[in-house]
Amino acid sequence: MKKQRFDIGFYLSEGAKSIFTHGFMSFASVCMIVACLLIMGSFSLVALNLNDMLGTLERENEFRAYIDESLTEEEARALKSTLEAIPNVDSVTFITREEARAQFVENREGETAALWDELPDEALRHRYSIHVVDIEQLQSTVAEVEKVPGVAKINAALEVAQGFVIVRNVASAVAIILVVILVVISLFIISNTIKLATFNRREEIAILKMCGATDSFIRWPFIFEGLILGLFGAVAAFFLEWGVYGLIGRAIESSDTIQLITLIPYTQMAPMVLAIFAGTGFVIGVLGSVLAIRKFLQV
Amino acid sequence: MIKLIGVQKEYDNGTKALKGVDLQINDGEFVFLVGPSGSGKSTILKLITAEVAPTSGSLRVNGYNLNTIRPRQVPYMRRTLGVIFQDFRLIEKKTVYENLAFAMRAIGATQRDIRKRAPYVLELVGLAGKEDNFPSELSGGEQQRVAVARALVNNPIMIVADEPTGNLDPQRSLEIMTLLERINTLGTTVLVVTHEKDLVNRFSKRVVAIESGRVISDGMGGYYNEETEV
Repeated sequence: MKKQRFDIGFYLSEGAKSIFTHGFMSFASVCMIVACLLIMGSFSLVALNLNDMLGTLERENEFRAYIDESLTEEEARALKSTLEAIPNVDSVTFITREEARAQFVENREGETAALWDELPDEALRHRYSIHVVDIEQLQSTVAEVEKVPGVAKINAALEVAQGFVIVRNVASAVAIILVVILVVISLFIISNTIKLATFNRREEIAILKMCGATDSFIRWPFIFEGLILGLFGAVAAFFLEWGVYGLIGRAIESSDTIQLITLIPYTQMAPMVLAIFAGTGFVIGVLGSVLAIRKFLQV
Repeated sequence: MIKLIGVQKEYDNGTKALKGVDLQINDGEFVFLVGPSGSGKSTILKLITAEVAPTSGSLRVNGYNLNTIRPRQVPYMRRTLGVIFQDFRLIEKKTVYENLAFAMRAIGATQRDIRKRAPYVLELVGLAGKEDNFPSELSGGEQQRVAVARALVNNPIMIVADEPTGNLDPQRSLEIMTLLERINTLGTTVLVVTHEKDLVNRFSKRVVAIESGRVISDGMGGYYNEETEV
């Protein structure tokens, strides 16, 4: 029993030829791949931007630890190393009561600034501005800081932090679920499109089987065909996505209400988008072909 | 060689197509398998080409035991056969030469083998000069000759033809049958399934008649001969 050799050149040329021979079905398959990748890609990019925005907001989130009035400035400053040693604390900035007062007055500039000119320095306390690494652990970090002797009071927006965490988790979960659903739908559509294309060629497959062709000999040209179509669709979707993303960016820039939202530049994500599109195109092209011809090989 | 001993075949829908068939076809023979529609002729062909498996009984084809054959061995068994169909089953989008080349490629032949073998076989079936034609540009008789060439191109031990003249006029039918006879004289075993009585009677060959899933006659001569009844 002579084993069939793997003739990649033949399989590749047969797959490529078949794309042109069955031009309309090839076009339909590429359109489906492009449409699926565009929908999936656009949604993922929105999720990515949302995550990035939340990350920025998280990083800006800080809480204040007010120091007991009985401590001198030197004693208050000495607490810095203790605070820095607490797990999840990213950075600690000491603010003297004078600086705090200046900030306070500055924030009210233009309104009733004159009213605060008389405010004595002693009216406010020395304080620390504390940034955390993970906002999800804010509550436990606040509790640790409260235990430090000399810390009189904490001002932390725990509800806001909790809100960020919930929004981020929900957004991530929804993004993952939607992407998975879209991948499955894409696979189903691509598989059916290729199945439709293959249906016209079931006779060809039956003839080859009767001639003694092995399943792999029949399967490989279809796999290469799916692979070429998948990759072609991925590249087309990549450039179309670029255009769509640019349009969205320009629309945001020209908007009066949401112009503060800064999108991640497409060029910054381009290598990642291309790699994911190519990978997805490869998988749905190849898997779609394999699933589509499986039925016709049972002769 | 083909050997069926007590072969029975019952399809999933309950149809009993074969009810214990004993049949042996030796290498180099020319055999007509005749019988009315629904008699079980096509089932015998499907069993020989391993499209279906027997329900019971023993079946051997060209050294392969089809009762125990593994799925991955089936293509290699089929390479010992050359199959011809009533409706030609040519690939319409490929030329005559490409149809042959594709069949050779299917069993791992190189371009060199194809360039050497395909023109020889086309010459043998009387289609020299038609290499670049598409099937749609040929007559029915010529298309069936392409199908014969395709069946022959991989040098099989046996040619199995399922109603090869069913779509042809009497003159073209005679030409195809004469071609198969010639191929047989060159050493290839030929099994022809047909129900064309006149055609069978023009050749003095072994005729196996089947009816209602049973072999009812087997002998040399005409379509149905009571003297050869089994």
